[in-house]
Amino acid sequence: MARAAVRGRLTWTAARLAAVRDETASARTLTFAVPDWPGHLPGQHVDVRLTAEDGYVAERSYSLASAEGVELTIQRVPDGEVSPYLADVLEVGDEIELRGPVGGWFVWRGGTGPVVLVGGGSGIVPLMAMVRAHRAAGGAAPFHLLYSVRTPRDVYYAAELAEPRPGLEVTLLYTREAPPGHARPPGRIGPDDLAGLARPADCFVCGPTGFVEATSTLLVDLGHDPRRIRTERFGPTGA
Amino acid sequence: MSIVSRGFHGRRGGDPALPPGQYLTEDFPVLSAGPTPRVPPAAWTFTITNAAGASRRWTWREYLALPAERPHVDIHCVTKWSKLGTDWEGVSLDTLFEEVEPDAPYAMIECYGGYTTNLPVEDLLDGKAWVAHGFGGEPLHPEHGGPARLLVPHLYFWKSAKWVSGIRLMDHDEPGFWEAAGYHNYGDPWREQRYEGD
Ligand SMILES: Cc1cc2nc3c(=O)[nH]c(=O)nc-3n(C[C@H](O)[C@H](O)[C@H](O)COP(=O)(O)OP(=O)(O)OC[C@H]3O[C@@H](n4cnc5c(N)ncnc54)[C@H](O)[C@@H]3O)c2cc1C
Repeated sequence: MARAAVRGRLTWTAARLAAVRDETASARTLTFAVPDWPGHLPGQHVDVRLTAEDGYVAERSYSLASAEGVELTIQRVPDGEVSPYLADVLEVGDEIELRGPVGGWFVWRGGTGPVVLVGGGSGIVPLMAMVRAHRAAGGAAPFHLLYSVRTPRDVYYAAELAEPRPGLEVTLLYTREAPPGHARPPGRIGPDDLAGLARPADCFVCGPTGFVEATSTLLVDLGHDPRRIRTERFGPTGA
Repeated sequence: MSIVSRGFHGRRGGDPALPPGQYLTEDFPVLSAGPTPRVPPAAWTFTITNAAGASRRWTWREYLALPAERPHVDIHCVTKWSKLGTDWEGVSLDTLFEEVEPDAPYAMIECYGGYTTNLPVEDLLDGKAWVAHGFGGEPLHPEHGGPARLLVPHLYFWKSAKWVSGIRLMDHDEPGFWEAAGYHNYGDPWREQRYEGD
């Protein structure tokens, strides 16, 4: 896992796209080669900077999906300025600039205490880094991932999440369409989905603002200590 | 160093009202470290304590009785969005500091829910900062910091702490919540002071 928390100056560095993997019809995972990457804690993000030929610059934040190395998963936001470029245009061998790792709060720092992860849509990305770090650490802490998606076709990391792993329970919550035979009817996350979770636990909730607001309020209502609920909000709308 | 991204055009060239690295949004995104605390106005108080230990506390009713202003300002979030020409209602900190001597150079802003942020006292004075309880002509929503938040629009918006409960003046600077987690101590968007060392 990681050596470094954020310390010292974060400088922009060149990152070369080394590999691409489609996750869904609208999201793909990009693996970058970044010389001298210092390592990161699961949950941290990087800032990406794109520069147009005329010098115009756009910056956005993207969570690290990997426990080691620099892997980002980008959801294409229709009419977005940056995400369609990363999700569709960037090719293996191309370079962009990034800096990081950033963020010292929405991170899992290891240990053996129970952990609850709740992700909506692309909010799974930093949680996946935690799941991967958990596996690399031997899976001693009880982890429960709840992942809210619209349909079975919207699941990122589907094959990896379907593999059984020691210490990890995965629950998919479909909001619009569930696979045939699935017991839970499609719908938004609700108290019944969260009632059986370990408590006390360190909770990490990530996704669109509405999802994070609803989920963190439900967790507090169920008796979770607000100080142990860490949240990250990605955008105004979504799954 | 700056690498040109092949085929990237961007939306458009620099709006002079946007600090470097920021983009314009029409929404009002939310950034918080945890769940939204629910603070009933009847239970809300706001307390300023200075370095000499003198303090003044306002109840919600006392606070609302103070003269309010309607700042029309641009706001800039460290997660890259900016919102231009937002309309607030709030009480200038100059008004609040008329009743407690600002006797020290640094301030720690304290909030319901435990969040803190630090900034120099001079950034709170001379018409630069408010305690705000209204946004867009309505009471401030809890997810945006209601009943009341700090409003310091010339710094990145995490300094405009939500669910504010008070200000503690300090002779020596101390990092607040995000400042201790790797974010910049001062946070001037025009100098792009996002992270420690910027
Ligand atoms: C800490 C952090 C980590 C993030 N990690 C990831 C990640 O791992 N993967 C990822 O894909 N994104 C992530 N995001 C979101 C990302 O930074 C961008 O906001 C997103 O890619 C949209 O940028 P854009 O330039 O394409 O769209 P913009 O041009 O900025 O926006 C276009 C329109 O889409 C809306 N919009 C903006 N963001 C979203 C969104 N997320 N969902 C739906 N609508 C939106 C805007 O309000 C606007 O109307 C993260 C954001 C933060 C703050």
